[in-house]
Amino acid sequence: MKSAVIVFPGINRERDMARALKLISGREPAMVWHTEPELPGRTDLVVIPGGFSYGDYLRCGAIAARAPIMNAVRRFAQNGGLVLAVCNGFQIACEAGLLPGVLMRNAQLRFICRDVYLRVERSDTAFTGGYNAGQVIRVPVAHGEGNYIADGETIARLEGEGRVLFRYSSPDGMIDPNWNHNGAMNGIAGIVNEQGNVLGMMPHPENHVEASMGRTDGRGLFAGLVDHFQQAA
Amino acid sequence: MKARVTVTLKSGILDPQGKAIEGALKSLGISGVASVRQGKVFDIEIEGGGRADAEAALKHAAERLLANTVIENYRVDVTG
Repeated sequence: MKSAVIVFPGINRERDMARALKLISGREPAMVWHTEPELPGRTDLVVIPGGFSYGDYLRCGAIAARAPIMNAVRRFAQNGGLVLAVCNGFQIACEAGLLPGVLMRNAQLRFICRDVYLRVERSDTAFTGGYNAGQVIRVPVAHGEGNYIADGETIARLEGEGRVLFRYSSPDGMIDPNWNHNGAMNGIAGIVNEQGNVLGMMPHPENHVEASMGRTDGRGLFAGLVDHFQQAA
Repeated sequence: MKARVTVTLKSGILDPQGKAIEGALKSLGISGVASVRQGKVFDIEIEGGGRADAEAALKHAAERLLANTVIENYRVDVTG
């Protein structure tokens, strides 16, 4: 699996992401600066990592979404390429029009930095093949604007088409407002686009991939992607 | 030419920041505050072209970047 991690000014999770990708795919990702007009040739997976691109000026992800490299990412996605957008990456993907909806200020107005539980809604996607449907994983979040909202029609489509892949849940997989830390509609933590090849998620699977991190629940996402490309080859 | 673009949240979009400001105003005892919605103001200077050109350019700017039209409305005022 040949991956490319997009780097914007103010991003700070790109090295965590690169480390996880190297660890699980065995291959060092290309780090691609935002001013580049093109992605490296034969890229399998594009990752938009977390952080605070442009200091969250204007709106989270708004300025990064208009960077030159994003035209290449958009073309890549239109041609069916897989894009993983985490945290600020999710915000950037929404601002770039790759995913519907918006990530608003957390309902409780606080920056949330803690582990959360996610229920994996399906396992039959390129991103979630390493998990079982209904499985609960524990991964960290670190965001002030992760409260996913969209208009009623969009939410109905996301739900109807099975495009919610991760939902905030209790440790035993119950969807409960008490475990929905940021107030996201329907507890939405991660969604895919209509074609199913762009995943945006607020939590950080790349931060739970090694025993030294305490847990390895995030590995399944990367291992599933590696399997996906091995099967395709 | 001077212009102002005002970006406001659409009605029905929850505005937790506005709510917090509303609470603070009430706790200051400022009377008559029913509700607060927070928005953004961009003061922009335009070089060359006429008023209609400026309005068109700023409308484009608002659509492309200044506002997220999923959740926000905008208004363009060219003040001359």
